[in-house]
Amino acid sequence: MATRAQSTRWGEAMVRHVVATTSEIAPGGNKVVTVAGREIVVFHVNGEFFALRNRCPHEGAPLAKAACVAHLKSDEPGRFQRSRVGEMLRCAWHGWEFDMRTGQSFCDPLRVRARAYAVAVEAGETLAKGPYVAETFPVTVEERYVLIDI
Amino acid sequence: MADVLERADAQGAAAVTAQDKLKVIDCDIHPSLHARADLYPFLAKRWQHHLETYGGHLRTPFTSTTPYPRSSPLLARRDAWPPSGGPPGSNLAFMRQQHLDPINIEFGMLQVLDLLVVSQQNQEFGSALQRAINDWQLECWSRPEPRLKPSILVSQDHVEAAVAEIERCAATGNYVQVNISPRANEPLGRRRYWPLYAAAQAANLPLGIHVGGYGGHAPTGGGWPSYYNEEHHSNAHSMAAQLTSLIIEGVPERFPRLKFVFIEGGFGWVPAISWRMDKHWQRFRDEVPHVRRPPSETVRERFWFTTQPIEEPEHAGDLRAVIEWIGVDRLLFSSDYPHWDYDDAHSAFKIPLTDAERRKIFNGNARAVYALG
Repeated sequence: MATRAQSTRWGEAMVRHVVATTSEIAPGGNKVVTVAGREIVVFHVNGEFFALRNRCPHEGAPLAKAACVAHLKSDEPGRFQRSRVGEMLRCAWHGWEFDMRTGQSFCDPLRVRARAYAVAVEAGETLAKGPYVAETFPVTVEERYVLIDI
Repeated sequence: MADVLERADAQGAAAVTAQDKLKVIDCDIHPSLHARADLYPFLAKRWQHHLETYGGHLRTPFTSTTPYPRSSPLLARRDAWPPSGGPPGSNLAFMRQQHLDPINIEFGMLQVLDLLVVSQQNQEFGSALQRAINDWQLECWSRPEPRLKPSILVSQDHVEAAVAEIERCAATGNYVQVNISPRANEPLGRRRYWPLYAAAQAANLPLGIHVGGYGGHAPTGGGWPSYYNEEHHSNAHSMAAQLTSLIIEGVPERFPRLKFVFIEGGFGWVPAISWRMDKHWQRFRDEVPHVRRPPSETVRERFWFTTQPIEEPEHAGDLRAVIEWIGVDRLLFSSDYPHWDYDDAHSAFKIPLTDAERRKIFNGNARAVYALG
């Protein structure tokens, strides 16, 4: 299901796509979808959904195979803080870490970023009112859906 | 930010288009045993029993794991576990689907690490294992998939058995190199290993030196590191030590037709060590009169280096300077499939390469070194 949403800040029209029901992606799991020719991976973690291009910007590994880890920080040897459990991606090949929320890389934060997409969750009832038109993904009023903007 | 990404994507796309047309020779692919019993058709009952009862004995503090925990299970890419089961690298069909076909591999050089044949301390057992592994590579990998080329893996500290194995395998005409470890009981230039070099030269096979192995020494000159992060650098240190050992002991001069391929040790360190060897050679030539030429000339004529793990300088353009210092002719592309530090043929090189350079690094250099048709 896709619809034309408001213009973005770059002035381009974005299209909102329904890509999954909230119940089909288990917590800690993910689903790979192809939208507008792009392979995108949608993660479900701590009750939230995040969407990223399914390609590590370093050497191209599929991010769907990354480990979902915590942010581990240490100010001095022997002390550490662990936070944001499950929200960090550790790439399946070289272990590059990315923030699921923004795509920011922890290896080279200023220059390398995994492409992240805005995600929304909507009730089927809202979607059924339109102006949305189901194209490839059936929508029923009973479910809740994950939408991404591209 | 967005601009940078878009530009990088565009360059990547151009590289992919050029790369797609190019057949790749991958100088480092690791096949794995699905189970130890895979070796039994090639291993005498006496040694099957030994393997089951005693297992391997390496000169490390541990027998069933590595002294340093690796960053991922079995060192592997997390997406390389075959869906049908078994460890990464153990399923030929999956290797074709995930690596050989999409990367357009024309030839792949097999490097076996299972059971660390090169480091087995029971030398009779090591000799039996080397024979079994060499037969297994040929029968279970190269025959069903002729793109994959087996290497003659030898347990080098039992020199006599290793020479016999080189002669046995070379006579079949199927093997592309002789493989030894840079972590033996002594530095590789020492005379005890020279019979191996004589046998490799007589068979017209390059000597492939792949990182890894346990010779009983600390992996760095400074002692035992604390972390994998720290220990991983020792791959490069070991290679640099072996490059100097081979050259300063006069091995290239003594075996003038032998080619040396350094595998998985990186290459960023090569220019610095070459400069330093030249400098010392100029000053202390009378200590080693058998070294008749500047070491850097020998490096440029007789040694080749595989590219993985690719160097990743802060400014990608610096990689270009390193490659030019070493020489485009000396580099052989390698992926290290299925290990975690795998290099992807399409994206590993973050610098533009001309078509001619790409053809050399990804195909032509290896074709010449390994005399592939």
